[in-house]
Amino acid sequence: MKRINRDLKVRKNFHQAKWDEPIIFELTKKGERGILVPKANSEIVDMVGDGVSKIPNGMFRDEAPKLPEISQARVLRHYIRLSQMTLGADVNIEIGQGTCTVKYSPKVNEQLARLPEMTEIHPLQDESTVQGILEIMYKTDIFFREISGMDRFNFQPSGGSQAIMVMAAIARAYHESRGEGDIRDEIITTIYSHPSDAAAPAVMGYKIIYINPDENGYPDLEAFKAATSERTAAFFIANPEDTGVYNTRVQEFTKIMKEVGALSCYDQANANGLLGVTRAKEAGFDMCFFNLHKTFSTPHGCGGPATGALGVLDYLVKFLPGPLIDFDGEKYYQNHEIVNNPYSIGKVRLFNGVAPVVLKAYSWIMSLGAEGLYEVAKIAVLNNNYMFKKLMSLDVVDAPYIVGKQRIEQVRYTIEKLYNDTGITTEDIQRRMMDFGMHYWSSHHPYYVPEPITLEPTETPSKEDMDEYIATLEHVFKEAYENPEIIKSAPHQSTCHQLNEESFDDPKQWAISWRSYLKKTTMQES
Amino acid sequence: MKKMGLIINPIAGMGGKVGLKGTDGVLQQAKLLGAIPESANRASLALDALKSIEEKIQIVTCSGSMGEDLVKEFGFDIRIIRESVNDYTSRIDTIQAAKEMVKEKVDLLLFAGGDGTARDIYFAIKDELVVVGIPTGVKIHSAVFAINPQRAGEIARKFIVNTSPATQEVEIMDIDEGAFREDVVKTKLYGYVKTPFEKKFLQVKKAGSIKSDIAAQWDIAHSIVENMEKDTFYIIGPGSTTRPIMQLLDLPYTLLGVDLIYNKRLVKNDLTEKELLETLFGYCKIIITPIGGQGYIFGRGNQQISAKVIEKVGKENIIIIATRQKLQQLKGRSLLVDTDDRELDKKLEGYVGVVTGYGEKIMNKIES
Repeated sequence: MKRINRDLKVRKNFHQAKWDEPIIFELTKKGERGILVPKANSEIVDMVGDGVSKIPNGMFRDEAPKLPEISQARVLRHYIRLSQMTLGADVNIEIGQGTCTVKYSPKVNEQLARLPEMTEIHPLQDESTVQGILEIMYKTDIFFREISGMDRFNFQPSGGSQAIMVMAAIARAYHESRGEGDIRDEIITTIYSHPSDAAAPAVMGYKIIYINPDENGYPDLEAFKAATSERTAAFFIANPEDTGVYNTRVQEFTKIMKEVGALSCYDQANANGLLGVTRAKEAGFDMCFFNLHKTFSTPHGCGGPATGALGVLDYLVKFLPGPLIDFDGEKYYQNHEIVNNPYSIGKVRLFNGVAPVVLKAYSWIMSLGAEGLYEVAKIAVLNNNYMFKKLMSLDVVDAPYIVGKQRIEQVRYTIEKLYNDTGITTEDIQRRMMDFGMHYWSSHHPYYVPEPITLEPTETPSKEDMDEYIATLEHVFKEAYENPEIIKSAPHQSTCHQLNEESFDDPKQWAISWRSYLKKTTMQES
Repeated sequence: MKKMGLIINPIAGMGGKVGLKGTDGVLQQAKLLGAIPESANRASLALDALKSIEEKIQIVTCSGSMGEDLVKEFGFDIRIIRESVNDYTSRIDTIQAAKEMVKEKVDLLLFAGGDGTARDIYFAIKDELVVVGIPTGVKIHSAVFAINPQRAGEIARKFIVNTSPATQEVEIMDIDEGAFREDVVKTKLYGYVKTPFEKKFLQVKKAGSIKSDIAAQWDIAHSIVENMEKDTFYIIGPGSTTRPIMQLLDLPYTLLGVDLIYNKRLVKNDLTEKELLETLFGYCKIIITPIGGQGYIFGRGNQQISAKVIEKVGKENIIIIATRQKLQQLKGRSLLVDTDDRELDKKLEGYVGVVTGYGEKIMNKIES
């Protein structure tokens, strides 16, 4: 058997699967079925009818849904092929997905969520038969209260952006309850907070004011003061922001908000470097949320559904969406009182949110305990600063702000020097990294740090993993000087080669459904 | 086969090396101080980036040091359209050559020089050709220049091979070199030329195209127009960022001049300071955009909106608009004011929310 030489950490022989796989709608073949149901026995039909003719006419669809007609084997093959063309979390070292806190999510939690006790229950069952999951949701709420200092949590928001939107809705309901709903129409956020901190409130109709960073990378306090007025409804911020710089003056910001009667909302989607270290309440926040699919190790993105666990201080509890889970000393129950009060913003999702995600987070927290959570934060910060030190020793890598100081759990680096020397952009490097089976992420948009890279190791990769990632980056940087063409024409070993990205910028060409695609490409539906 | 124009200003940059802050009008002095022509050397770095598409282009240029010598070294297919008089060319040569390029209808015009050369090119071609500047001069303020000669070549290459290349309008600025030598910065906005859109600061996938930058300008326009107050004068400053406001209101506009509207109707285009002062009464607002790459909001390119006009309108009625990309180009620098009234400049200092989209502002600092 040929041994792989691992002295060189760079995996040069990676090759991603590449299938000429059409969209599933294009695979359709009239009459093909996954499962063919046997015809009804004639004696049964004679006795009870055909089962269809008694349905009132008005309840029939005008035409059958246009679903693909395809056999099970072909469906299976289709999705397996697509999965092979995905650079999945279990295949690559996910350090390159900065801000996403992509950590190894223990499979045991998946197994728990797949137990029949979880998969075969329904929210409409009698509460006495679902005491287990209600208890888990109740206790997870208690854990999060402890972690954040907030007084109550709700798991309805099914992601970070929705949690931000709910925070904006609560801010509006709060100000309306004080007769200031119409006046307070501005939300302040920062350039390096997640774009959803602006986008979600904007969707709610708020005007958005951004604060630029000062020379140290902290949100400019003077600009913040100038932006604050009687029109301010709330302040949305991540801390640390995407730069990995922790704003040690955040309390001054929340204090100013209190003084003008506005609310402070903490985007803790990624709280990996802070567990057991700092809390939202002590920093002066009125609300916060955690992405269970990031910090709390439930799989991220396409790996599964998400939850933005939303917490508020006591005076905001009445505005929460409902129901909440309570315990009366004997049994756990869904408290609908909250939804029925006139202040609640109402439901944002059916029932209690995505219960299996809460179960996975509960399991993860229980497996670690309070000390373990603190250990997560500590290791995540140490890992990040190990990578920070290693990468900053490279001539082409730099990181703006607080020179010489440590970062929290991630860093936004810049390879501007490499670009100036070679003309190779961060997107070029991104494509080349795929040739080695590695994700690499630049930054949110637009690029405030020139030619950015955002890396976040979390607590789970080993030193070996981090060294491999760094070695691969170094290898690619070297190529930029010695063989730039190989980078400019990358990827060579990945599923897709370079795409014509023009359509990405042209809403007229966007098609988010098959029907829309057909319409826009003027193809005829068959 | 695409036609690519090349104009090299061979003397560009000569003044810089010998401390003359430019070469306009001081060529003889620069030569006496020992300056040697280096423009072509730097331009060669741009041509180097075009070698990979050698078979797709014909280079249209002038004889001798204005292009021919260099192009022949590279062995590109070449067509000479104008004979240069000697190695030390003048503005006239640049202007004449650029006019020839318009007649030739070249697909892209690459020129090597500085702000002075860019200004001459602009006079000759206006918006008829798409141009890229190879920075070889002393003063490089205009956004028509790539960040370095290699990058200019790459931008040109991408533009040539792209089947539907996008362009953007950028300012042609120049500094008065005479004043600059006395350490006084006097910039002037001459006009706008078309250049290939460069995805330098904005991400490719979400906000990275000229389409989205233009969309942002329209977002700003909608935000402004929807919030326009009745019985209020709006002074619309020059620039391509303010233009969609006038277009949205279906009003004629001047790109380089100052227009005035009242109750969404045009009062007058292209007003002078005197006309503004005579016309304005009651509530007034000023809508202005900073000069790209520099950040001046008053005192450059919009001197009609003088200190007296600003005083009459009031600081609180100044609305600054800019796309995020435009603010990005300032690379963290403050917005600047340089009116003819030092006291007013001081008063204008401080933080201000710049309208960057629909219902969206970014706080920026103003300094004088």
